[in-house]
Amino acid sequence: MELSGVERNKVGCQWDNGHSKNETDKKMMGFFFKYAPPQAFYRLSGKLIPWFSGAGVLLTVAGLWVGLGMAPTDAQQGQGYRIIFLHVPASWMSMIIFMAMAFWSFLGLTFKTRLSGMMTAALAPTGAIFAFLSLWTGAMWGKPMWGAWWVWDARLTSELILLFLYLGYIALTSAIDNPIRRDKAGAILALVGSINVPIIYFSVTWWNTLHQGASISMTKAPSMAHLMLLGMLLMALAFWMYSIAVALYRVRTLILERESATKWVQSLAEVVD
Amino acid sequence: MKAFTAILKRDLRVAMHRKVEVLSGLFFYLVVATLFPLAIGSDLDILRRIAPGILWVGALLSSMLTLGRLFEADWQDGSLEQLVLTPHNLSLLVFAKIISHWTLCGLPLVILAPVLGLMFDLPIEFVLVLMGTLLIGTPILSCLGAIASALTLGLRGGGVLISLLVLPLFVPVLVFGSGAVESLAAGLGSQAYFSILMAMLMPAVFFSPWACATALRVAFE
Repeated sequence: MELSGVERNKVGCQWDNGHSKNETDKKMMGFFFKYAPPQAFYRLSGKLIPWFSGAGVLLTVAGLWVGLGMAPTDAQQGQGYRIIFLHVPASWMSMIIFMAMAFWSFLGLTFKTRLSGMMTAALAPTGAIFAFLSLWTGAMWGKPMWGAWWVWDARLTSELILLFLYLGYIALTSAIDNPIRRDKAGAILALVGSINVPIIYFSVTWWNTLHQGASISMTKAPSMAHLMLLGMLLMALAFWMYSIAVALYRVRTLILERESATKWVQSLAEVVD
Repeated sequence: MKAFTAILKRDLRVAMHRKVEVLSGLFFYLVVATLFPLAIGSDLDILRRIAPGILWVGALLSSMLTLGRLFEADWQDGSLEQLVLTPHNLSLLVFAKIISHWTLCGLPLVILAPVLGLMFDLPIEFVLVLMGTLLIGTPILSCLGAIASALTLGLRGGGVLISLLVLPLFVPVLVFGSGAVESLAAGLGSQAYFSILMAMLMPAVFFSPWACATALRVAFE
């Protein structure tokens, strides 16, 4: 690792390591790989984080305002339904983050970009938190609506298993000391898990279903008031912004940790202090 | 292909020298199945209802516990590294090891299951369906488990880690495996469950040796 640390910083990945295929390929992928070297990405993410965190805060305030203040009371569920503004976006995010992890893992395994493993690792805790939040708020919603904190329903169960997958990923990656092996092993697990997530989802749907149908479906008009929908979408966007900001922040820490032996890290203002 | 059969033969021969290790997984299955009536009570109506679930969970745990044997011993004595270094297709060699694992740890469960089924007073046709689902399901468990076993090779706390990784992935097999008997009990027939289990077996057999081979190469990098 330390031997060629500085050398390797010039290229972010093996792909443009000299033996690449041809120039057009290089140009097409050029934009994509411009920020693949951790050094470049460290600078870029440093600039992006304030924007994403700011947008996250603003959207959360707006979403909560619309959801808790403006949206009408539900005819059947009363005020209790308002937890939907946390519950549904959290469930969405927990699934989207797993897909994002699978995406980065795929990139990492095929193009051997060093950043991908760090991105996957940075996303996992956020995904786990959202899966947990989704289950927690679901329980708080379920008690007044169904009369039980927990029911063995298809979606609850598959969300729980998704949480297990996240925890498995975190457990595996934290048990491996060698960073290269950690990234690759994590990537394989994330990919295997991502193939399994839809299978798990359909298997438990088949097994048992009590949960109300999806609140928003692409094929038919949404079955909820526009203000409710707006609040939910605002909250979903807010969670997106939060996830991106937190993941970027975590990636920066990981980059510093991994590249601590290199000159560029040691010459950083924040490290020198 | 020669290397494939050589590995298969070698694994089986090695296992024959350590018979207790092979039998311990089977014994574990028997013990787990015995614990449930002791914990729940000897009411045959209840036992008959929960038998498919118990026998499937037992099979799941038993084949998970035996996963350590898949690569660990070969890793310790260095022969696994030699396998990775050979010019042969590693996926194929890994596939041979998966097959030998199933023959030693999965197949005995399938054969023992009817005996346990009778202990739970399951009717004969239910027992046959249970055997069928185990026959298709246990290879899937071996395939998925092999990936986790390759990923956790040589890590501290490997055993617990394997169970964390593998049990969530086993869920669909468990659902459809035990669901087949439930569905038969409800008078709906179990054919759909067999089709789905087969549909899960195919990609598992196709992708898992490849994923294992990648994971093993990573472990030796």
